[in-house]
Amino acid sequence: MLNKLTIKKAREGLKNKDFSSVELTRACFDRINQTDKKLNVFVTLTEKEALEQAEKADKLILQGQALENLPLLGIPLALKDMYSTSGVKTTAGSNVLDDYIPQYDSTAARKLKEAGAIIIGKTNQDAWAHGSSGENSDFGPTKNPWNLEYVPGGSSSGSAVAVATDMAFAAMGTDTGGSIRLPASFTNTVGLKPTYGRVSRYGIVAMASSHDSIGHFTKTVEDSALILGVTAGKDDNDATASSQDVPNYTKNLSHEAKTLRVGIDPEFHSEHIEADSLSLLKNAYNVIKNVLGSQIIPDITLPHSKYANACYYIIQTSEVSSNLAKYDGIRYGSARQNFGEEAKRRIMLGTHALSSGYYDQYYNKASQVRSMLIEDYKKAFEKVDVIIAPVSPTPPWKLGEKLDDPLKMYLSDIFTVTANLTGLPALSIPIGFTKNGLPVGMQIIAPHFSEELLFQLGHAYEQATQDEDWRKKEPDL
Amino acid sequence: MKYTPVIGLEVHVELKTKSKMFCACSADYFGKEPNTHTCPVCLGLPGALPVANRKAVEWCIMIGQALNCETPLFSKFDRKNYFYPDLAKGYQISQYDKPFAVNGWIKLRNGKKFGITRVHMEEDTGKLIHETVNGEKVSLIDFNRSGVPLVEIVTEPDFSNAEDVTEYLHKLQQIVRYLDVSNADMEKGDMRLEPNISLRLNTTNTTNNTNNSIRDWELPSYKVEVKNINSFSFVGKAIEFEIKRQAEILDKGETPAQETRGFVESSNSTVSQRSKEGAADYRYFPDPDLPPLRWTEGYLDQLKKSLPELPEAKLKRFQDEYSLSGYDAEILTREKPMSDYFENAVIDGKEFGISAKQIANYIINKKPNIEEILPAQLIQNIVQSTKVSDVDEDKLNEVIDKVISENPKAILDFKKGKENAIMFLVGQIMRQFPEKIDSEKVKAVLTAKIK
Repeated sequence: MLNKLTIKKAREGLKNKDFSSVELTRACFDRINQTDKKLNVFVTLTEKEALEQAEKADKLILQGQALENLPLLGIPLALKDMYSTSGVKTTAGSNVLDDYIPQYDSTAARKLKEAGAIIIGKTNQDAWAHGSSGENSDFGPTKNPWNLEYVPGGSSSGSAVAVATDMAFAAMGTDTGGSIRLPASFTNTVGLKPTYGRVSRYGIVAMASSHDSIGHFTKTVEDSALILGVTAGKDDNDATASSQDVPNYTKNLSHEAKTLRVGIDPEFHSEHIEADSLSLLKNAYNVIKNVLGSQIIPDITLPHSKYANACYYIIQTSEVSSNLAKYDGIRYGSARQNFGEEAKRRIMLGTHALSSGYYDQYYNKASQVRSMLIEDYKKAFEKVDVIIAPVSPTPPWKLGEKLDDPLKMYLSDIFTVTANLTGLPALSIPIGFTKNGLPVGMQIIAPHFSEELLFQLGHAYEQATQDEDWRKKEPDL
Repeated sequence: MKYTPVIGLEVHVELKTKSKMFCACSADYFGKEPNTHTCPVCLGLPGALPVANRKAVEWCIMIGQALNCETPLFSKFDRKNYFYPDLAKGYQISQYDKPFAVNGWIKLRNGKKFGITRVHMEEDTGKLIHETVNGEKVSLIDFNRSGVPLVEIVTEPDFSNAEDVTEYLHKLQQIVRYLDVSNADMEKGDMRLEPNISLRLNTTNTTNNTNNSIRDWELPSYKVEVKNINSFSFVGKAIEFEIKRQAEILDKGETPAQETRGFVESSNSTVSQRSKEGAADYRYFPDPDLPPLRWTEGYLDQLKKSLPELPEAKLKRFQDEYSLSGYDAEILTREKPMSDYFENAVIDGKEFGISAKQIANYIINKKPNIEEILPAQLIQNIVQSTKVSDVDEDKLNEVIDKVISENPKAILDFKKGKENAIMFLVGQIMRQFPEKIDSEKVKAVLTAKIK
């Protein structure tokens, strides 16, 4: 089944003329047609355009250098519906934009297309990226392919499942408080949250502007490095995008990790973590120590971590309340009454936190705590090269289980929000399944612009665990 | 009157940059087809992001420097959040607590100094036009103006009369035009005034001998903002109306409402627009899409050095360097193109022995079109007009004799001591010659002959 290949293998096959891009694309759409009714991954499919692009790609592949120069030539990808795509409906998962067709491409989408990628459609998500489970989508939740009664994580739920079920070779997402890493860990996929500013945000519906990170889901760490090489880089349209040079992530991909100093904060594990997850994490740590030979520093401290979630929900909602003000229904979209419950909740919270008389004790205070968190990590990274941590305190939960109390949902973010508050890059990699067959992931965090270290450890771990039984599992659809 | 007006001014100046404040759209919107200068950024489309216009920021700092402001090394943009149909993003990118320039001053002709509280940068909104379309009353929005750079200049509430306010506006307009950063045309909307007007009871003097205003009184408990003053001629009228209106309320023992009022041209009055109880809560917070700006002293010095000579300095220099009267110098320095033209003409004139004074007189009296006539050409014109032809002695005597014989009354008047008579006769004589001749010579010969 061609759609089960990694990008790396697909490129080799295209190069060797084993198959065509059209065949790859058709395989993806066959899979979608077979399974999407159950899963609800896609909001919009662009089959006709995708096949046209695939034909063009096949013509180019016949010409000498095209595959060399275009790292994603002929590879079918999906985009979270936060990404503006010219001429293609972009909803951000919300009824307010259910008939909005942008007239311009987001920079990330444009770069992927320029690298030859075939865009097959726009994926489902929590509306406005507000959520950790996918259940806040105005178009129905996406299901976890490993058990249809469970959530796949959010907010980039559709993109995670698209990759987990081989509907696409990779899928783009956004991570503002964990919205790539959490669904990645819930679906057995690799999810990257790059450094804030590493990838341009231009054209991507803004959630919390100082937290939003533009990342992606892949099947392997090496594929993740390939995609980042395409999307990263400065952008004249985004004043917060970094002009730091983009390394050649795939070329530089190291195959060993024994020179890495890997830090663990014991406090993360005294949090109430579900038993199976904890056990899988401990196994993973042992692999890193004993198989990869990395030096583990088991006692780093990140003293202000306990304030991170509160800090996040104040600053993020403040930014959300302002960013959603443009949806007044005048120039595009429908009336504000069509905002869902969670969107309204966050708008109210954020408006309150910014109000006269409250600004100092909420927004201002949270901003100060944010600075202290940044300092925590700066100090920690003097002693270690990367930090490993859980992604979620629990494995995936059942649909509807956490809907009665919004705070329950917010608490699932405790391990992921710090990377967004501090701007640090973080990678979620699969580390196994619970006893009832639900995926669990582990998080690797690195200093700013050190994604290479994430790939280094992630790739080494992946290689070392390649032959473990759980790697052979497939969703039963 | 037993009250003293307390007036503070907010002036918005639209910069004439090529591009808008946060996107590459053309900022030259006046008179253009609606919604033709737009892009995702100034339309507030989902996902669009602002990128600051460097030139606009520099010009804002330069306006601050020209107003003797301090320019802090750290500055940032903030979001001012409110809903209005002409505000595409639902917030305006502006500056709240760390503007580009603060604590400046400006001096008027009467020697009084007025404080400039701050000079900051913001973006303009779209324009709402209320019309009837197919019998239906609608409001149309044109986003061509959305995102055009605006500099806001706020004064201390140091003004107490309309004359000073009008002079300040003229001076500000002049400075901004000298810097060539704005056309500052009130009629076109690229200079907008919003006075804040209150009244306080007359208490102690507010100026000392040195004409520096000292505030030893408390600010009134209310202030009224007046909008929609679209030309200089309405400034005085709006202020006078407000002063009278507020005095009447205070006389009754009541306090005027804190509110925004609109000026109505047809009746030279103001009407209430909306209540401004306290300050609206704009929930200002630093704009996360725009990194803060950190200057070096060197960079700010460089900007300051690049300021052109400002009107005040030029006025003084013209008097000193060219020995011009204050009156003449004021006319020549009123607008920078004219002052530059004058100085170029002075340089050209040296070669032909034409003095600065001559040039000044010629320009002020004859009002040549300086856009069509080059300075060098102007000098030639002056040379021509002062050139005097040699006159044939015999012809001169002949004409003089003729004029004397034809004008016996004038001769009598002159003999009686009337100076005008001789000028009349000289004029008659000179008229007989097609070319310009030396009037002094004519006068001398004529006088000798009469005597």
